[in-house]
Formats: sequence, structure tokens, C-alpha cells
Amino acid sequence: MKHLRALALVAIASLTLGTAACADETTPESSPSGATGGIRPGLKIAFLPKQVNNPYFDTSDNQGGKVAVEEFGGEFLQTGPTEAGASAQVSYINTLSQQQFDAIVVSANDRDAICGALNEARQAGAKVVTYDSDTNPECRDLFINQATAEGIAKVQLELISEAIGPEGGEIAILSATANATNQNTWIEMMKAELENNPDYANLELVDVVYGDDDDQKSFAEAQGLLARHPNLKGIISPTTVGVAAAARYLSGSEYKGRVKLTGLGTPNQMRAYIKDGTVEAFALWNPADLGYLAAYAAAALASGLITGAEGETFEAGRLGEYTVGENTTVLLGDPFVYNADNIDDFDF
Amino acid sequence: MAERTTLDAAATASRIRSALLSWDAIILIALALVIAVSAASIDGVANPRFWRFVTLEVIPIALIALPLTLVIITGEIDLSVASVLGLTCVVVGYLWESGVTSLPMLIVAALLLGAGLGALNGVFVTVFGLPSLAVTIGTLALYRGLAYVVLGDRAVANYPQNWTMGAIAPLPGTTIPWAILVVIALAVGFGLLLHATPIGRAIYAIGNNAEAARFAGISVARTKFWLFVATGTMAALAGVFWTLRFASARADNGQGLELAVVAAVLLGGVSIFGGRGTILGVVGAVVLLATLRNALQLAYVPANTLTIITGSLLIASVVGPNAVGMMRQRIRRRFTIPPTK
Repeated sequence: MKHLRALALVAIASLTLGTAACADETTPESSPSGATGGIRPGLKIAFLPKQVNNPYFDTSDNQGGKVAVEEFGGEFLQTGPTEAGASAQVSYINTLSQQQFDAIVVSANDRDAICGALNEARQAGAKVVTYDSDTNPECRDLFINQATAEGIAKVQLELISEAIGPEGGEIAILSATANATNQNTWIEMMKAELENNPDYANLELVDVVYGDDDDQKSFAEAQGLLARHPNLKGIISPTTVGVAAAARYLSGSEYKGRVKLTGLGTPNQMRAYIKDGTVEAFALWNPADLGYLAAYAAAALASGLITGAEGETFEAGRLGEYTVGENTTVLLGDPFVYNADNIDDFDF
Repeated sequence: MAERTTLDAAATASRIRSALLSWDAIILIALALVIAVSAASIDGVANPRFWRFVTLEVIPIALIALPLTLVIITGEIDLSVASVLGLTCVVVGYLWESGVTSLPMLIVAALLLGAGLGALNGVFVTVFGLPSLAVTIGTLALYRGLAYVVLGDRAVANYPQNWTMGAIAPLPGTTIPWAILVVIALAVGFGLLLHATPIGRAIYAIGNNAEAARFAGISVARTKFWLFVATGTMAALAGVFWTLRFASARADNGQGLELAVVAAVLLGGVSIFGGRGTILGVVGAVVLLATLRNALQLAYVPANTLTIITGSLLIASVVGPNAVGMMRQRIRRRFTIPPTK
């Protein structure tokens, strides 16, 4: 009885450690390859997205970052929390710095909460590159920005304005988590653009809600928006999880076609809704390119090729040469608009 | 004479054996095993930095687990602890933003708030006689909602560096944060309270049979009330540490932490039905879970697998004793010869 309890507990503990010793599903994968453009071979680079099991980050990390790391002969690892929480990322950063990674590429859930851990990691020798969502610039070496915040804000307003038509109306924003740096920057810019640009004089922003990048919550928030604002004409959702959930809700409801939707979405998730008319057009950049560029930037830092100062240049494989801009930020490019004409050309 | 000494020896041997097989010993042995095996097989465990991170993780969980042990032993439960932590974090952040710059004042305000929130739980359970599971699930949502009301979706993050660095500063000559000393002192205090005072005995009595305890003169309602207050206060203290450690006060701080704390308490040998459990077992379980989680994470075990492992350990520790008891009953019933006339 007590023996059984003892045995059971000890057995489970040893079994788990045994599986750990044999676990190789996510051990860093290294690839033998010669040095590429001065990048040190064998660099250990870890991608720490806002959350794992998110298709956007799966694309950026596994189809972008991993490809790049294999190209220059490093070791790649993707790890992260299953929920997009601020302090959850801290424990992963601590683990990565103990595992002596040369560079950590992170998309931050909160601007400041992971700063302490990142700085400890940098003191332990790791280079820190943020991508997709920045932290306080004091705790990272470079930020890879997917597009200018202005470009992203502008293109979404353009798309919703085109979809709604010249008579305008009420619009709302369905965002991700309330503290995500990138989301808040885009929302502020959209508000400024709505006020200052006479083209949008007929558009009125009535609500901003947060779906926390959780599918169910985003779906429920979209429902709530229509319930609270029966005259709503359009929804902007600058997050792939949010726009997919809102599209799913609208296409199965009475509002399909009457309430317009746009935002930042991935082609595979949005294809059905483009085809059935729920969404006319949406924008994004290529997340695989973002991850790819972030990996090359991290490798350039870790190899000592650049220090992250403004004006420095580095090679990023098939994307060509990039220059570090102001605020130690590297810009990927312009946002890309997806619609019925080109949606079938992409697979991510 | 010889018979006497044999009996004494047998009694001592049996006492040693049952001490070794007590759940506390099992947990401590498992902890030692986990440390030994992981230090040998996983790169980085033997490094002092690993233990720094384990300790940082242990501190808030241990702070809350100590009074929660007493609550569960009396047969109640408090699931609102993580929300108390979160609400305390945002109130501290709000006060700091509004100009309260004295750290002692902020700490006192936090503790008073925690005591108040715990007292509310206590009132619902003792005065209104509501089941604590239902009450604390309600306050879990209520306090978390209030946290969002206070700070909305913002975060307050501009605390002075000497506060945030000071909270996690190591003991001189080591990498272990000094805050662990506070936890150890509190653990000793709670341990003495539970195992060496009449109040502790009253707590066990209430857990075993609340009616009988009441007839024996123990003030069941008052004891439970103060235990809820203690839990709220300690959750608030953990909240202050949390805010300073992450240098960020947000409404979602600590979300989900109650599960880690309850898992540690139950794994530590505290019976969910009340009446059994020790502080030593709980402390051992807290350290065991944190070490196991960190060691496996260091060994590249993915997050989903870690959750499965923690869940299995918890199920084993709860189901194990009960399943075994049921088996013994069945065996006894099958093999008992019914009395003949």
C-alpha cells in the first residue's frame, strides 16, 4: 500500500527523466554546411514566439527561421509557452540562456515583463533579436520589423474603406492581447489616420476589443461587437487568429456580406472566406521571410559581423542585403495585399 | 527480559520503517532522486544558475502553498489565490503610478488588501456556510475581473531598479535569491503552528470531523476564517514579489498559478478530503515539481509533454492512496469468511 505509493511515485519520476534523456523531438537540429558569408558555423539559435501552436509563428519559425539556420549551418530550436502570456515567456528565456544558445529570437507578449530575463541572457553571452513584436529597446540588440507600423495601419484602413464604400459607417477593431506592442502601435496609428485623413471622414471607430490571440475568445468578441453595435459596417482585425475567427463568425451569420472584414491574415486560413465573399481583401507580409531575416540578423550579431548600430549592413541569404535603420530596427518591406486574384498563389 | 528487548527492537524497527515509508519521506527521496539523476544526465542542472531559476519559481508558489495546506487540511479549499495575487499586483502598480513611492507602504497596503480579500472568502464560507469550492471559484473570477477594472489592459512597469533588482538579489557568495530565507522562515513558522501547537491539532481535528471538533470545543468557524485571511495575505505577499521580480504589474499576473499551488499541496501528501498532510511534504513537493519542470525544460522536453507529466504526478498522488484503499477493501471482503451461526 505505502510500498505501492512509493514505487508509483518513484517510477513516474524516473520514467519522466528517462524519457527526457531519450527525448529528441525538439533537441536542436544541426546541419553540416560550410560558413555562409562570414557567419560562424554551428551557431545555436532559438526562436521564442508569443505562443507555440500558432500557425503564423509556425510559418515564420519553421518555414523561415529554420530554413535560414540550416542554410548557414547552425542549430535551430523553436520553443515557447502554449498560451500568449507575459511572464510565461520568462521561464523559457531562462532555460535558453542556461542551454547556452548563441542567439534568442523572440516575439514579445509584453514590452517590459521579459526585459529582466533577456538582459540576464545577454549577460550570459546570448544575442537577443526581437521580431514581430518588440520589447523595450534596452533589452534587445535588434528588432526585425515586418513593415512600418504606418504602412500596416494605412493598408488596413484603405482595405476597409474600399470594402465599405464611400458612404462609410461605424468600424471596430478586434485586436490580440492588450499589451502587445505591435498591436497598440498599429491601433494608435489607425486612430490618428482616421482623425487626420479626410478620405476617412465618414468612418467612425466605435470600439476596440481584445481576443488575446485565442480563437474562441476572438469569436466571442466578434459576436459581442455585432451585438453591441448593430450598425457596425466593418471590422479590422490586425491579427491572424482574430481575423480568422471573425471571418468564421461572419460567414456563418446574417451579417455575411453586410459587415465587411479585413485585417492581417494568412492565405490558407482566409482562402475559404475570400472565395465565399466574407472578406474581399486582407494584408500581411510574408512571415516566412520575417523569420528568415530574423535568423540571419541573429547569426550576423552572434558571429560578430554587426553590432546592431544604425547604418550597418548584413547579408540575409536569398533576401539580399539589409541595413540597420534607426532605433536599431531592420525593416522587412511593404505589406502585401491578398485578394481573390492572388490567394491561390500562396501556401502558408 | 530478552522478550522485552526484542519487542522494543521490533517496535523501533517498525517505527523507523513507517517513518521511512511516510509520504514525506517518499517525496524527499523522490526529490533527491530527481536531483541526482538530472544533475548526472542533463547538461546545466549542476550549474548554480539553474538553482537560482528554480528558487525564483519556488518562492511565490511556496508562499501561497503554506497557508493553503492548512486550509485544505481543514477540508476547505481556496482557488482564488492566483486572482488575489493578480489583484494585489495591479493595486500596487496603481498606487505606485498614483505617487505612492514608499516601498514599505506599498507592501503594507498589499498585505492589508490580501487579508481583506481572504476575509471575504472566509465570511462566505463560515458566516454564510457556503462550500469553499464554489465561493473561491466565484472570487477567482471576481478578483481577476477587479484587477482588469483597476488597470485595464495596461501594465505598470517603471519601478526603480533597486527595488526590482533588490527583490531577486542573491545571497552574498551564492546565486540563490535572499527572498528564499523569508520563505524558509515562514515554512518553519507554519510547520510549528501545524505540528506543535493546539491550533494545529485543532486544524487536524476539524479536517477529520468538523462536528466532533465543534463538540470538543474548537471554534471551527473562527479557525477557518483566519486561515482564509492568512491565505489571502500570503497570496498578496507573493504578489508583491511577483510584481518586482517581473518588474511589471498586469491584470493577468499569475493567471493559472492556483493550479500549480494546489498540485504541489496535493502531491505533498495533503488529502483533498482533509485531516491529513504535513508542511514538510508540501515544501518537498513544491521543490520537486519546480525542479522537475525546470530540469525537463532544460532537456528540451516540449511544453505540452511537461503539462502531461505534472498532471500524471498529481493524479498518481491523489488516486494512488484511494485506489489502493479500495483494492484492500475488495481483497478483504473477498477473503473474509462469513461468521457461521
